[in-house]
Amino acid sequence: MNRLDSINKLKKNTQEYFSRFRIPSGCAIFGVMNEAGERFSGRTAMDGISVMHERSNGLGGGFAAYGIYPQFGDDWAFHIFYDDMEAKRQTEDEIARSFKILLSEEIPTVKISRIASPPTIYRYFLKLKRNSHPDRKNSSSSNNGNNAAIEAEENLIVDFVMHINRDIRGAYIISSGKNMGIFKGVGFPEDIGRFFKIDEYKGYLWTSHGRFPTNSVGWWGGAHPFGLLDWSVVHNGEISSYGTNKRFVSGFGYECTLSTDTEVITYLLDLIVRKQKIDIGMVHLILASPLWEEIERMPVDKREILKALRISYGSALINGPFSIIVGKGNFMYALNDRIKLRPLVAARKGEYLFVSSEEAPIRKVCASPDRLWHPDGGEPVMGVVKEVKKEEKKSIKEKKIDKKLVKLG
Amino acid sequence: MALELGQSEFEIERDKNKCISCEVCVRQCSNDVHEYDSDQDTIYSDNIKCVGCHRCESLCPTGALKIKNREAQFQTNYNWTPSHLKNIYKQADSGGVLLTGMGCDKPYTVYWDHILFNASQVTNPSIDPLREPMEIKTFIGRKPDSLEFEINKGSKDTGVKLKTKIPTQLELSTPIMFSAMSYGSISFNTCRSLAAAASEFGTYYNTGEGGLHKDLYQYAKNTIVQVASGRYGVDVDYLNKGSAIEIKIGQGAKPGIGGHLPGEKVTKDISNTRMIPEGTDAISPAPHHDIYSIEDLAQLIYALKEATNWSKPVGVKVSAVHNIAPIASGIVRAGADFVTIDGLRGGTGAAPQTIRDNVGIPIELAIASVDERLREEGIRHKSSIIAAGSIRSSADVIKAIALGADAVYIGTAALIAMGCHLCQKCYTGKCNWGIATQDPYLTKRLNPEIGTRRLLNLLRGWSLEIKEMLGGAGINAVESLKGNREHLRGIGLNDRELAILGIKHAGEAW
Repeated sequence: MNRLDSINKLKKNTQEYFSRFRIPSGCAIFGVMNEAGERFSGRTAMDGISVMHERSNGLGGGFAAYGIYPQFGDDWAFHIFYDDMEAKRQTEDEIARSFKILLSEEIPTVKISRIASPPTIYRYFLKLKRNSHPDRKNSSSSNNGNNAAIEAEENLIVDFVMHINRDIRGAYIISSGKNMGIFKGVGFPEDIGRFFKIDEYKGYLWTSHGRFPTNSVGWWGGAHPFGLLDWSVVHNGEISSYGTNKRFVSGFGYECTLSTDTEVITYLLDLIVRKQKIDIGMVHLILASPLWEEIERMPVDKREILKALRISYGSALINGPFSIIVGKGNFMYALNDRIKLRPLVAARKGEYLFVSSEEAPIRKVCASPDRLWHPDGGEPVMGVVKEVKKEEKKSIKEKKIDKKLVKLG
Repeated sequence: MALELGQSEFEIERDKNKCISCEVCVRQCSNDVHEYDSDQDTIYSDNIKCVGCHRCESLCPTGALKIKNREAQFQTNYNWTPSHLKNIYKQADSGGVLLTGMGCDKPYTVYWDHILFNASQVTNPSIDPLREPMEIKTFIGRKPDSLEFEINKGSKDTGVKLKTKIPTQLELSTPIMFSAMSYGSISFNTCRSLAAAASEFGTYYNTGEGGLHKDLYQYAKNTIVQVASGRYGVDVDYLNKGSAIEIKIGQGAKPGIGGHLPGEKVTKDISNTRMIPEGTDAISPAPHHDIYSIEDLAQLIYALKEATNWSKPVGVKVSAVHNIAPIASGIVRAGADFVTIDGLRGGTGAAPQTIRDNVGIPIELAIASVDERLREEGIRHKSSIIAAGSIRSSADVIKAIALGADAVYIGTAALIAMGCHLCQKCYTGKCNWGIATQDPYLTKRLNPEIGTRRLLNLLRGWSLEIKEMLGGAGINAVESLKGNREHLRGIGLNDRELAILGIKHAGEAW
């Protein structure tokens, strides 16, 4: 009886529970984007991921969508899970201290029999208060185009998100970017999509995830995509270098609280790309670096670069099976482990780029792509949004609240 | 007086039916245990002189000899053990410091034997090293904080140029090196075997504090030269000969004290190499007399870098002592490119027994706490960590790296590969296996070509085993093992020990 009590207590305190264990999982991943920046309904992502029903087991599904909040294009958009009202009160106090709240509302959902006991889910559109801005002396607005100021603000957001997720019991920030949002939960991805009415949103880049954890505990915060700033990562695999990667990022101040592979991959990307400014075009040489025997055969200048990367970033190598799809503001990036132990298929049709665990979902949403290929291990697939469509730019300037999309809670 | 005899530690059993009085044992024993009596055509053996090196037993052509451990015949007493009694008899007789050789043999917990490694099942495929690449190449040296590139997107070429300068690295084909053993403490043939094997396998050996013999210059590319408190054999040529320089502050077998090479061992060749007069004792001071603090160490590190044009990594070797974590952190901040940590059970050619057996901490705990501290301080990448002090198998190597080391040094294991039987009498200079001696009659027993081959076999065997274990855990590059304590579990350890090692207990899942 005592034991049962303690287990129940443990489960209640979900964040603490999840920080103790690492949960390996096999999964389905799917991503689609329009490089011309044209926005399309989340229906496409739902249709795609639903084909891979067999790859998930109903213990987690989710979507990351970019370009869905053009009316708040320059503002921080937070999606937050609350277990109870006390968590909400505490979190909103913290938010109010640092941010000007432009809008806060419950994220609209539909009741579905297959989605059980969701948390309270809110979204906030926020502007950093002048006096809490790290660089307020030489900055007229929270974002004046100064790179150092932008980075300082982003660091502040990262710290804020980590603080809430670690210190406030029952509150969990699942997405913290701009003009993007993550929708996820416990259930099959197609049900999660229906629950969040994903098809009513329009974005230019979508990624999605169906989860097959080898562990029976379902926690909404533990579903994927995992997000930080405007990074979102969906991942299929179980990495065997987790301990090394975790220790590496911890040396740079990233604390892995969720103990999931996806979390540590996100931190690696944030560290390497955002903080250390390594071009995204070179990231695969770190995360899935070529083998030494390949490096030895390269021409001298290339060999020197590859050698320098492996020497410096050996601990950032992701070892073991993985395929990931990364969303970030204006690009989508997919990568396989270097000996291709997990599936990844890519296809293009006009301005559209698709990446997926399997070919069928691509065929379902695009019957005859111009080109369909299976990227090699360690060979990245990348799509970049050339420009956001003009009418959207206008709406970003106007910053008018589109009531059709965002209903006040 | 009679006490002087004490009691013999070994009993020599000679099967009279098998012995043909060929006198091999007589000639092989440098301790004069065996004596041939021509009148009776019989060989007599004196148990009391036997050190238990098993040379005669190994070479007896008819298998007539058995060297057995002899139970001490003192009255049973759990407090006054036979070793205490014997030591007191010896000291009451001589008034001296009791010497010994090799590493601590006391039954302290060997943590390697309480740690288990992981393997993949189902959720993550194991990787077959016979069919897939398995990478164990390792780099020792300072790593940059981050890399900067210049990218020309317009040009047709790759157009990427590296702007950051990478500090010089030692490139190891396997994360195993031969640790510091000086010419003097070991024979020239032994040094040569180590040097040749390191060179052929693509790893490094360390000269120890005895300088570098000219005949070993050909292996310079695979040599780490040591600078110890005695500065034997140190000049600018010596410094420039090695691929890296190691400042020796301490050694696991004798933390806090310097080395001692008796004058009898200082032959002409050794006197030349060490740059000291023939036949004089070579006693290195306990501290470096120009290093009385961490800032002095920094000065020596930079002086050595200047002397070698900033072309080589400069590291520091310390023994694992109670405050090893902050000490290592200080060493890294003082500019060391690698830190060698030598644990309690590290070997030696000669050390006071009481220091060997009672001073320092086990390497497993030291590595875990140093790696943790350097990570916390965000300076782990600035230095490589080399673990030393009783690495006995490939499994120990794997566990050391998973706890946070970059590579390991092996000393005792390398000597065992060349024939050492761990009799712990290195300090007598009478090594029957021709390893820890300068007596030409004995040193010729080790053929350097055979020594080299045996060392190569050892490196190869361990490397293959490391690859098998890595593959089993679903890892195909050794850098993904470094500090990967998720792959370790403790067995039979208490909470405190687990916390220091930073590992879970066996049975605890992710």
